[in-house]
Amino acid sequence: MTTILSDVPDASGRFGEFGRRFVPETLMHALEELTQEYEKAKQDESFQSELNDLLKHYVGRPNPLYFAERLTKHCGGGKIYFKREDLNHTGAHKINNTIGQALLTMRMGKKRVIAETGAGQHGVASAVACARFGLECIVYMGEEDIRRQKLNVFNMKMMGAEVRAVTSGSKTLRDAVNDAMRDWMSSVESTHYIIGSVIGPHPFPMMVRDFQSVIGKETRAQCLEQTGKLPDQVIACVGGGSNSAGMFYPFIDDESVKLIGVEAGGRGPEPGEHASTLSYGAKGVLHGSFGYVLQDSDGQTQDVHSISAGLDYPGVGPEHSYWKDSGRVNYTAITDNEALEGFQTMAKQEGIIPAIESSHAIAHAMKVAREAHPDETIVVCLSGRGDKDVNEVARLLGQEI
Amino acid sequence: MSSEGRMAFMPFITAGDPDLDTTVAVLKELANCGVDLIEIGFPYSDPIADGPVIQESYTRALNNHFQVHELFDVLKSLSSDQTTTLPPLVGMVSYAIIFRYGAEKFLNEASAAGFSGLIVPDLPGDEALEFSQKTQLANLDLVQLVSPLTPEDRTKRIVQTASGFIYCISVAGTTGVRDELPAELTTHLESLRQLTDLPLAVGFGISKPEHVDTLRGKADGFIIGSAIVKQFAAFSDSNQTRAEVISSIGNYASEMMSATRG
Ligand SMILES: Cc1ncc(COP(=O)(O)O)c(C=O)c1O
Repeated sequence: MTTILSDVPDASGRFGEFGRRFVPETLMHALEELTQEYEKAKQDESFQSELNDLLKHYVGRPNPLYFAERLTKHCGGGKIYFKREDLNHTGAHKINNTIGQALLTMRMGKKRVIAETGAGQHGVASAVACARFGLECIVYMGEEDIRRQKLNVFNMKMMGAEVRAVTSGSKTLRDAVNDAMRDWMSSVESTHYIIGSVIGPHPFPMMVRDFQSVIGKETRAQCLEQTGKLPDQVIACVGGGSNSAGMFYPFIDDESVKLIGVEAGGRGPEPGEHASTLSYGAKGVLHGSFGYVLQDSDGQTQDVHSISAGLDYPGVGPEHSYWKDSGRVNYTAITDNEALEGFQTMAKQEGIIPAIESSHAIAHAMKVAREAHPDETIVVCLSGRGDKDVNEVARLLGQEI
Repeated sequence: MSSEGRMAFMPFITAGDPDLDTTVAVLKELANCGVDLIEIGFPYSDPIADGPVIQESYTRALNNHFQVHELFDVLKSLSSDQTTTLPPLVGMVSYAIIFRYGAEKFLNEASAAGFSGLIVPDLPGDEALEFSQKTQLANLDLVQLVSPLTPEDRTKRIVQTASGFIYCISVAGTTGVRDELPAELTTHLESLRQLTDLPLAVGFGISKPEHVDTLRGKADGFIIGSAIVKQFAAFSDSNQTRAEVISSIGNYASEMMSATRG
């Protein structure tokens, strides 16, 4: 069953008032073609079975829903479960989307792929998918993120991708998106742009959500099987919003399930100190779609800060904006320090080193669990593993590796 | 213009690069050269359609705290200044700015500041219906862009909401100087001519008189952005005075003005 909340977007890419296409005319035809091709692929059994086969044998799906017994005891309260996206090939949820979009790239007869990356996870997942299918891959990455995510930069290059440093603006994710869009403007006939989150012009927010929905679908079935009921609360971190959208979407029509998105609270609520778009932003246009953004009163994008390169983004997907305004999903923020604490607790209690992005969701789940009844189940999307972050975490903790 | 048998020259400058006083001085200089229309770009933090030259100029202006209302104020006093007659002004502005400023407020203030039209590069024809009604109410033209990748049925829909002129993008890509204009441009202009009576202005990549010669008889006007905007970098060069930079921009504009006559 679909409802007014789950039956979105419409044909013009609207999630309520959000979404749509605010891009130069040069890209419009390609977006129309992509929408058509995607709709066809969705109906095409051979596309779906190829995708499912790759998700199973290459990505390693389904990944487990894991009961974190020690962390649950440590918090005292509700039962904490983790959806283990960190166990996917490449160690994050991003690969669900890149495999799907790489298959589409080939359907469209294109040989060149561009992508943008913050934490590098989407860059790695794009490089992997391109290597797997023999596509040329160029990844745009801010200079600041190249510094923070050296391991992933090396991995991308090993897999044959070209990493292009972006030196404009804040030298982070949003500037990488700008440069990727510009490349696409002049290469759109030969190139597909694999956007890494549920952002950008229609059909990207819908398409990326669909590819990521495998997370929530599996979680739903696993939860029913392992606990005999739907979860009480589902928690995921929100950068652009793809792991959370994939996790939440299959639960949207289950009114009993509380959904919580966790943004990067950074150093605090002042402008420039955080990346909590839904908590502090206002409606506006950024990177081709209409949704909540962090902007000044003239529409100039504000600087953002987060300890995690993957959450360091001043916008958010239009469907999250829609969920916020409809009240279906609650959004909150976790600070850098709280996330660091979540990271360390998770490592000690569960022997799992989480991505610093995911650590935001973990830190919030720990708060929620303390308040919850022991019969309640809280499912957290563990969006990625933390190998890429250990150097940065060590630096922040003042330790040497 | 076409009755005089020449093409219209429409230079583009960035507002507030490096400050609004300079913008005013350059506007006067361009007006004195007799240019037909001036496009004023509103600096935006995240431009997608612009190449590096124009992006850098936006960054210079924003680093110097450019604000939309200050531009409107400055233009208002300039248009009441009896000593200068400005050609029509067209704003090039991202929809991100218009929306946040408030569409009606933006349109009314733009109109009061002397703008006669707007180009909103990230508001494609499909999304422009509602906004084009608002621009009409504010007595502003909404110039629409057509790219070489726009198929004919899209073009037909787009030209219906357009007014002022049609901005024909010469290449699929971003703004920036290019050596040669693509050969397909001529056929593209010919087919556009069949679909609209509005004047056709070509932009993106144009920088020299030879480019203008290839457009003669096919387009009604041309827009030059990056080739002018790159000269603004010299304002922060201590080896040149402000007056020198402005007169060099003027010389370039005069040279392109002569090119309009062939
Ligand atoms: C592990 C991990 N989690 C979360 C994110 C945030 O992205 P999104 O909000 O699209 O899931 C990233 C982005 O790079 C990531 O690498």
